[in-house]
Amino acid sequence: MTSKTTPSTVYDWVDERLGLSELAAFARHKTVPVHSQAFWYYWGGISLFLFLVQCFTGVLLLVYYRPGAEAYESVRQITFVMHFGWLIRSAHAWSANLMIFSILVHMFSVYFMKAYRKPREFGWLSGMVLLGIASVFGFSGYLLPMDELSYFATKVGLQIPMAIPFVGEALANMLRGGPDVSEFTVQRFFALHVVVLPALFLPLLAFHLWLVQRHGNASPPSEEAKPANKRKSIPFMPNFLRKDLAMWLISLNILALLASVFPWALGRQADSLVPAPTGIHPEWYFMSPFEMLKLLGSVLPGEAGEIAGILLFTIGIVLWILIPFYDTGKPSGQRGRAAHYFGLLAVFALLATTVIGYWTIR
Amino acid sequence: MSELTNPATIVQEPETPGEQATRRAFLAAAGAAGLLYTAALAYPIYRYLASPEEMALSATAVTEVTLKDAQKLPLGSVLMFKFGTAPAMLIHHADGRWIALTAVCTHLGCTVQYEPQADRIHCACHGGVYNAYTGANVSGSPPKPLKLFKTAVNDAGVEVARA
Repeated sequence: MTSKTTPSTVYDWVDERLGLSELAAFARHKTVPVHSQAFWYYWGGISLFLFLVQCFTGVLLLVYYRPGAEAYESVRQITFVMHFGWLIRSAHAWSANLMIFSILVHMFSVYFMKAYRKPREFGWLSGMVLLGIASVFGFSGYLLPMDELSYFATKVGLQIPMAIPFVGEALANMLRGGPDVSEFTVQRFFALHVVVLPALFLPLLAFHLWLVQRHGNASPPSEEAKPANKRKSIPFMPNFLRKDLAMWLISLNILALLASVFPWALGRQADSLVPAPTGIHPEWYFMSPFEMLKLLGSVLPGEAGEIAGILLFTIGIVLWILIPFYDTGKPSGQRGRAAHYFGLLAVFALLATTVIGYWTIR
Repeated sequence: MSELTNPATIVQEPETPGEQATRRAFLAAAGAAGLLYTAALAYPIYRYLASPEEMALSATAVTEVTLKDAQKLPLGSVLMFKFGTAPAMLIHHADGRWIALTAVCTHLGCTVQYEPQADRIHCACHGGVYNAYTGANVSGSPPKPLKLFKTAVNDAGVEVARA
């Protein structure tokens, strides 16, 4: 790195125009707290890395993918004809799942470290929207190969908005591009997946990362309670960055291993006349809401159950999103404890319904 | 290690030779690992992107094409076809002669056109003109003639082969 100790005319020229030394000074002064829970700081970075993998492998898939009526044929070609196409597709699919997983870990670690408290409310809110967009990325990307599984998963998934009173059917038809999942659905999901969602995601991600730079990493309440001279931290450059990059490397290795040893399968071409295959189920990150709706449906049958399920779900999510405005207090506060138990309840509910969901597949 | 004898590295602080050796060994190992990773990522990506090129290569290995029912082509008309991946033309001249040539202009690669009235081959891109019997570049920009193919006409069609 060129620094002030080794004057270079090119560096000075650029510095004068872009203010590199201000950036370098900022990076030098940036620190990251060190404590027993510091491991959880890496998960935001891992999510970012996996997102970059998604962009990169996504562009590679875009080279041969054809949306619309030819969608299945083009994915078949990518998987079986193009050299290493199976690997790139597999990496994209695996990385998508790992990214959702690491975003969830990131979210829960932020939650339990209470890193959403003042002044980091916008970090929490933007993160929740990013997770929302990421799940729409997942849902729309799942249809694109247009094989049996993706066809039926999309068909079932789009039944959920149908239960919304009054506008449900119009909304579902708008998403599908007609009354049934067809090549029109693939075409518009493709536009969503590669243009609309990235256009929303990228600026929001930049905002999210800027906030992290602005406020730094939050310390958990147990650390905040300690006197300032008892708290430890390490410089971001190069100590934390080095560890961050090591985590990226580990993520890359895990991804490479999963993508090559367990290549992502391609089912048979979707055909609306062929009955749904047995054991069909949503992706694991949609399993919990799917199962919750199913359980509620068995308690409250019919339309009432559907509406109640969606209502309950919406309330839960809204409460979750608004947690920074409820739990603003000190570590020992009543509200802090309530938020903590609400978090534990959410984790338990998600895990339990996911397990029940997989348990009851037949 | 032979690298130890190389005095070219600038070390900011005086270090013992042992420290220097471990740092160098570490940097060398990290550099080698980095290269390996780059290669392991770049190779599949290169092969993936080069797939159509390889498919085209196997297509250009074609030495003979049979044009079914082409023997019915009227006098003074042309049939465009693909020889491998490249456009080619079969001309049935007014005097009954059969001529097959590549249809790619030798100037900048446009597809050329047979003009029956003038009995010549013309390239619309930059006005190149070729002889419709020999493929010779007659006027304009083309630097080389169009390549001729061998033709054999039978009851089933016309066989075009590399000359």
